[in-house]
Amino acid sequence: MRRMSRHPVWVRVSHWITTACVVTLAYTGVVILMAHPRLYWGEAGNDLTPALIELPISRNYKHGGFDAPVRFFEDRATPVSASRTYNIFNKNGWGRSLHFLAAWCLVVPGVAYVVAGIVGGHFRRRFFSGYGRLQGLTYTLVVFVAAPLIVLTGLAMSPAITAAFPFLLRVFGGQQSARTIHFFAFLALSLFVVGHVVMVVRSGVVQQLRAMTIGE
Amino acid sequence: MKLKVTRRQAIAAGLASVGGVALGPKSLPPTYGSLLRMADNLTYVAHRALLPQEALVKEYSEKDITSFPAIGTTDPGASGPPERARDYSRMRSGAFADWRLSVEGLVARPRTFSLAELKALPSRRQITRHSCEEGWSAIAEWTGVPLGAVLEAAGILPAATFVVLYSYDDYANSIDMLDAFHPQTILAYGMNGRELPVPHGAPLRLRLERQLGYKGLKYLQRLVVTNEFDDGGQKGDLANGWSWYTGI
Repeated sequence: MRRMSRHPVWVRVSHWITTACVVTLAYTGVVILMAHPRLYWGEAGNDLTPALIELPISRNYKHGGFDAPVRFFEDRATPVSASRTYNIFNKNGWGRSLHFLAAWCLVVPGVAYVVAGIVGGHFRRRFFSGYGRLQGLTYTLVVFVAAPLIVLTGLAMSPAITAAFPFLLRVFGGQQSARTIHFFAFLALSLFVVGHVVMVVRSGVVQQLRAMTIGE
Repeated sequence: MKLKVTRRQAIAAGLASVGGVALGPKSLPPTYGSLLRMADNLTYVAHRALLPQEALVKEYSEKDITSFPAIGTTDPGASGPPERARDYSRMRSGAFADWRLSVEGLVARPRTFSLAELKALPSRRQITRHSCEEGWSAIAEWTGVPLGAVLEAAGILPAATFVVLYSYDDYANSIDMLDAFHPQTILAYGMNGRELPVPHGAPLRLRLERQLGYKGLKYLQRLVVTNEFDDGGQKGDLANGWSWYTGI
């Protein structure tokens, strides 16, 4: 007789597809960020405007390679134009395409997981009563707050998507604000992954991996 | 009620959809078997199928105009092959009076346009956001002639599916007809109320507002209308490892 599974098969399958996609998204996300490690608030921001945060994560950090700024308007000190003289680090060609490949791979299992979890009562049984209160709250925040936020802020950076759905720019206060929120949602999800892995190790890594793979 | 999808059905459907993109008709960029290029094509097909085709990007007001870095080529007269650099410098010193934009390929009347001829066509002024693939963005006012008006002035033929653009700094690029005739797709000769500055692509650059900045080719020289995919070969995005469609 088969023993009862610890996790339903759809949870196990979507868990590992999600793992592969999230690792790829995080890695390529950092590669993309390294090309321009400055974050802003508002509609627009660039090397000639003030940054909210500058991240020391590539040789592009504070490179300062611009020639003398030229004013666009005589009556205003800003805005200006300046030509870049520094050869930046930029691996965005493959980085961005791989980011979107991973994002596409996440669409089907991601949607299936949320729909099956709501329809089948999985979230209700486990998140809201089965797990401890802190664990249930954390999983709820990840699935219903951080994950939707990182998807929507990702879409809000797209010129074609925001032309079709301008409310994305209004909701997040502009494309550069969305980019900054996207980064902090990435940090929050990374913290969750670290905590999650620590918990798995502490509660018996062999037993937990069996439960999430062969389901016993 | 339970929805039953067998593993075999799921795999078959997955392969069919990837295959449809990979082996698509001449209207899709080639993938050369690369998973990355297949994902790019999936994004392109999804955008064309799901997004409203005539949606306009947000237009800003004058107080929203920001500083604007110039990157890549910032003076074709000071870089690239000496002969072309000399040509560009000579035209620049004559305020681009000798400069011509050539329009060729699937048009009834292949011809060239001087800057004055382009300025005599209907013009459009727009304050839009430039999104660089590096991650930054900038807002500027652009004045130019809608690309659709230029193509119609040359008598674009119904078989046309792509416009290939070539530049003085030796890059090339292409766009489909939906983007070519989008109302905000303009060939800009003015920026922030003045002539287009040399670092930003003088005398003429493309503004393609629903894609990333690198699709907006600077220093335009030649447009070629085609009926099959072409992005300029070795000068194009694909040969250099960049996605052809960057609506993102």
